[in-house]
Amino acid sequence: MSKIGLIIGREYFTRVKKKSFLITTILVPLVIMGFYAIIVAVAIKGDSSESKQKIGILDEAGIFSDSAIKNIDTAKYRIVKGETEQTFVKKYKDQGLFGFLYIPAFNLNKPEGIVMHSQSSVGLSKTMAIESMVSKAVFLKRLQTLGIDPEKYKDIDASVSVQSTIDTKDGSKKSIAGLAYIVSFGCGILIYMMMIIYGTQVMRGVTEEKTNRIAEVVVSSVKPFELMMGKIVGIGLVGLTQFAIWILLVGILQSLLPLFMPDMMQQMGGDGATAVKSGIMAQVSEGLSTLPLLKIGFLFIFYFIFGYLTYASLFAAVGSVVSEDQQEAQQLVFPILMPIILGFVIMTKAIDAPDSSMAVFGSLFPLTSPVVMMGRVTYAIPLWQIAASAVLLIGTFLLFTWLTAKIYRTGILMYGKKPSWKEMMKWAFRKQ
Amino acid sequence: MNLLELHNLKKYFATQKAVDDVSFGIQQGDIFGLLGPNGAGKTTLLRMITGIFYPDSGSINFNGKPFNALKDAEKIGYMPEERGLYKKMKIGEQAIYLARLKGLSTADATEKVKHWFTKLEMQSWWNKKVEDLSKGMSQKLQFVTTVVHDPRLIILDEPFSGLDPVNANLIKEEIFNLAKNGSTIIFSTHRMEQVEEICNHIVLMNKGKKILDGTVNGVKQEFKENIYQLKAPVLPEHLMTDVFEVVKLDKNQLLLKLLYESKPNDVLQYFINKNIQVESFTEVLPTLNDIFIRQVEGTETARSFQHIN
Repeated sequence: MSKIGLIIGREYFTRVKKKSFLITTILVPLVIMGFYAIIVAVAIKGDSSESKQKIGILDEAGIFSDSAIKNIDTAKYRIVKGETEQTFVKKYKDQGLFGFLYIPAFNLNKPEGIVMHSQSSVGLSKTMAIESMVSKAVFLKRLQTLGIDPEKYKDIDASVSVQSTIDTKDGSKKSIAGLAYIVSFGCGILIYMMMIIYGTQVMRGVTEEKTNRIAEVVVSSVKPFELMMGKIVGIGLVGLTQFAIWILLVGILQSLLPLFMPDMMQQMGGDGATAVKSGIMAQVSEGLSTLPLLKIGFLFIFYFIFGYLTYASLFAAVGSVVSEDQQEAQQLVFPILMPIILGFVIMTKAIDAPDSSMAVFGSLFPLTSPVVMMGRVTYAIPLWQIAASAVLLIGTFLLFTWLTAKIYRTGILMYGKKPSWKEMMKWAFRKQ
Repeated sequence: MNLLELHNLKKYFATQKAVDDVSFGIQQGDIFGLLGPNGAGKTTLLRMITGIFYPDSGSINFNGKPFNALKDAEKIGYMPEERGLYKKMKIGEQAIYLARLKGLSTADATEKVKHWFTKLEMQSWWNKKVEDLSKGMSQKLQFVTTVVHDPRLIILDEPFSGLDPVNANLIKEEIFNLAKNGSTIIFSTHRMEQVEEICNHIVLMNKGKKILDGTVNGVKQEFKENIYQLKAPVLPEHLMTDVFEVVKLDKNQLLLKLLYESKPNDVLQYFINKNIQVESFTEVLPTLNDIFIRQVEGTETARSFQHIN
């Protein structure tokens, strides 16, 4: 047993010490986050440079007169008088305006022909802000013509929101559908990716040992099964390490984010920014608290470990029968990838319909269950289903490992031609 | 005492009888040569001895007890024909790792690896990777990893291929030293001159069967063809006699083969009678190479004469 520990140690440390591990583990998420940060920063910056210059409003329809004018942010807009569209086009630049909004005299029931003149393109958020401002002005004007007092209208207006509540033993909690969706999808895609990435690593490692002939030296000291399991477990631990580092990184980034982006929140929210922001935060944390995080965490780790182990033994068997030729490997890997991909497809459906027969089947069938179960993980899954799925998965893992170990044992010492499926089956099912 | 005994070992694969009923014993301290052409079943046989394969039938006794692949692995060092090392791993680390797989503690492994590295002048390699080494260098490293745990039985499959003469000699010396200190060595090769130089016991295999077994000298005696070399300052061009037949005649050197029941002395008598001054007279034994080729190809004796100088 100490020898399998040695092998696990070697597999683990040679990978963790590699530069590429550090790069993929730390740099890649940082680069992705940084990329998003840059996009957000650029968007905000563009916005603020635009907003430094005012926009003129040439209002021939007269909707910004009187009461409507109160709703205009005078820091951003300026009402222009005594000009026509044609004359003002030539002048607005010299007056230090970024552009101007031309509102022709129109039928109030059919507000059309509004044009935004500017010398460079107008950002999406700016356009949306202008549209909502004009809509509001039109709305107020309509109220006026109907003889309704805007103040009175505000009192009449109703805005209703529906909150979903999950009834549990410890009382009811609010839930947020979107958050559950994100958590489910995130867990599923992580397991999906890790199974493929680390499974491929197992395969490559085995092929490397075979073509370097080191396998022959090692199996003269340890059993082939120990070499195979040592490699699989070692690489699996690398995966868990990567998870741990990512969770740590996300934690750090989350606490750092408000430090260098308080601006952003302000920009997004406008006046009631802080209120909105704290509202969202509160909602998110409340939503998180409604999710059975402990159960999700436990199931995630369980399905990652056994899903990985089940597939890793298949990948190891493939690695043991192919030579360095990548094409050979691809042919054999394809049938292994199929159920993983199928699982992913079912998972995306299972999030929407967690109790559909497809989702239930997918989360019981051991080749798809690790990914599909993640799609249902935020819902109340009947205990018998979890138990059955777990038993099936562990059973499949044991069966596959037993069969593939036999293919592996023969494969790593065979050189030359790739064996046929028939031969491999023979190796797998022969006694001894 | 025989350290290793093989009894009626068989290993059949789907398409061929790789090892077909082979038995022999190897004595403690022997340097044993396992010879045979490509595909004779040598590697399969060695893999059974190292516990990589299980024989279909037959038994292996190691150190007087039935061979137990797991327990006895630590007493065996195996250097396969195709070298096996992790390319990306640092050399010192790798040697220690392989030694620990053979059951040494980290401290023991480190100490022994350092000892061997010093002995073979490899200290400067410690932090290099295998991919930085030349073929000969990695060969040396492979040898060290094979013997570092002081195995009782050392199995070397073509240990000298790729080594320059200086390093080959270095390794050869180490092999002699190991044998002197009680290790038993199995050599698998088809380089006959090395076998003649190093081994004291050989087995020749062909097509999965053992076709020769004995000491180097014994085998040579068994296959000798009563050929002698005689040197004299002047030799007559025509030597007519029923004592021997001329195989080859140079100016002052004669290769002859005894005929019928004649003895070496009869040859000398013949030359003395002719009053020819004999400078030297020695028996020419066939080289293992000749025996090997003759046995494997089944060619007739006459052909191999042309190799003799």
